[in-house]
Amino acid sequence: MYTQALNTAETNDRSLEDAGQAAQFQARIDAEERIEPNDWMPAAYRKTLTRQISQHAHSEIVGMLPEGNWITRAPTLRRKAALLAKVQDECGHGLYLYAAAETLGTSREELVDAMLAGKAKYSSIFNYPTLTWADIGTIGWLVDGAAIMNQIPLCRCSYGPYARAMIRVCKEESFHQRQGYEIMLTLCRGSDEQKAMAQDALNRWWWPVLMMFGPPDSTSQHSDTSTKWKIKRFSNDELRQKFVDATVPQAQYLGLTIPDPGMIQDADGHWRYSEIDWTEFKQVLAGNGPCNRDRMAARRKAHEDGAWVREAAAAYAAKRAHRQTAQAAE
Amino acid sequence: MATPNTPLWEVFIRSRNGLAHKHVGSLHASDATMALQAARDIYTRRGEGLSIWVVPSTAITASDPAKKGMMFEPAESKIYRHPTFYEVPEEVGHM
Repeated sequence: MYTQALNTAETNDRSLEDAGQAAQFQARIDAEERIEPNDWMPAAYRKTLTRQISQHAHSEIVGMLPEGNWITRAPTLRRKAALLAKVQDECGHGLYLYAAAETLGTSREELVDAMLAGKAKYSSIFNYPTLTWADIGTIGWLVDGAAIMNQIPLCRCSYGPYARAMIRVCKEESFHQRQGYEIMLTLCRGSDEQKAMAQDALNRWWWPVLMMFGPPDSTSQHSDTSTKWKIKRFSNDELRQKFVDATVPQAQYLGLTIPDPGMIQDADGHWRYSEIDWTEFKQVLAGNGPCNRDRMAARRKAHEDGAWVREAAAAYAAKRAHRQTAQAAE
Repeated sequence: MATPNTPLWEVFIRSRNGLAHKHVGSLHASDATMALQAARDIYTRRGEGLSIWVVPSTAITASDPAKKGMMFEPAESKIYRHPTFYEVPEEVGHM
């Protein structure tokens, strides 16, 4: 999902750790206890979570870009206020997540620097462009819808700070999906051109959204330990299927067609989608999506342009602290 | 060049219903004034609170999770500190 680069093999450094501590740790996980920052944990658990939570945070921050693109061009003041609030929420979510990641021992500055250096990933979905206003509706409806599907089980993740951040995020996220669906509904009830615009956005976003759930279970190398540690409660394919089953009736209500002619409903009521083009996913993840370079350039520019603010704030705090020390000495 | 670290603050918010300030999360800010502003923006976007405390994270002294057995054992064995330990006949009613 927001942490797709995790689907790579991990070096096993657990051999050096105390087997007794590791067993005790696993027993706590099995008993559904929450692991807290100062508790003992295997190095690989710490590493996996640091990567997962920080990638999730980077995704929230980069995710502000495609939508921010439309704030000044929202069709009404109501839509503009809602979109602005949504983008502010994404920033807040990024910050909750950085704070959760930091409890594992890596500073936010280091995490952000890794992203700006291109060493840490963010979700592939934000490397697609937002060409029309209907894209904003589609992002809220589908991208946030997919994110919620992924984040609800994370509220029960074994790592306390991550689970608590997710509870907050999920509470706020449901407005995002509803505002997106409302945009789609308005377009679909509008003129033929507006409806065509909604259909075009769905056509372009559908497959990338399905890819958000990550590679199929048959090829994902990371799931085993994440499942054992109760970081992950459902597999990529399980979540993807849940999402598709929830979304098809919503599209039908809008009168839109899912761009998958091969899709059929099976005897159990599940909507079976066609084969996903994983070459595209790999390409986008490798940096060759339509907007990868733009997104990274925008983040780097924002970071550099904000440097003087960070420096001024630090200098002011240092000056005040110095003055207080001087006064205390008098 | 690596970005220098900004101090970490813990944020506590008292909600409308008159309960005590409750820990809601943490944030980075270079001083207390900016920490309060940031806490308002990050943790009260939906009217979650009427009062905010920000505390430098370094000012917090925490109990050691490895010693929690020893730390909290004295309370665990004293079930007579709970009202349910005492028997009151049903005829007496709610007490």
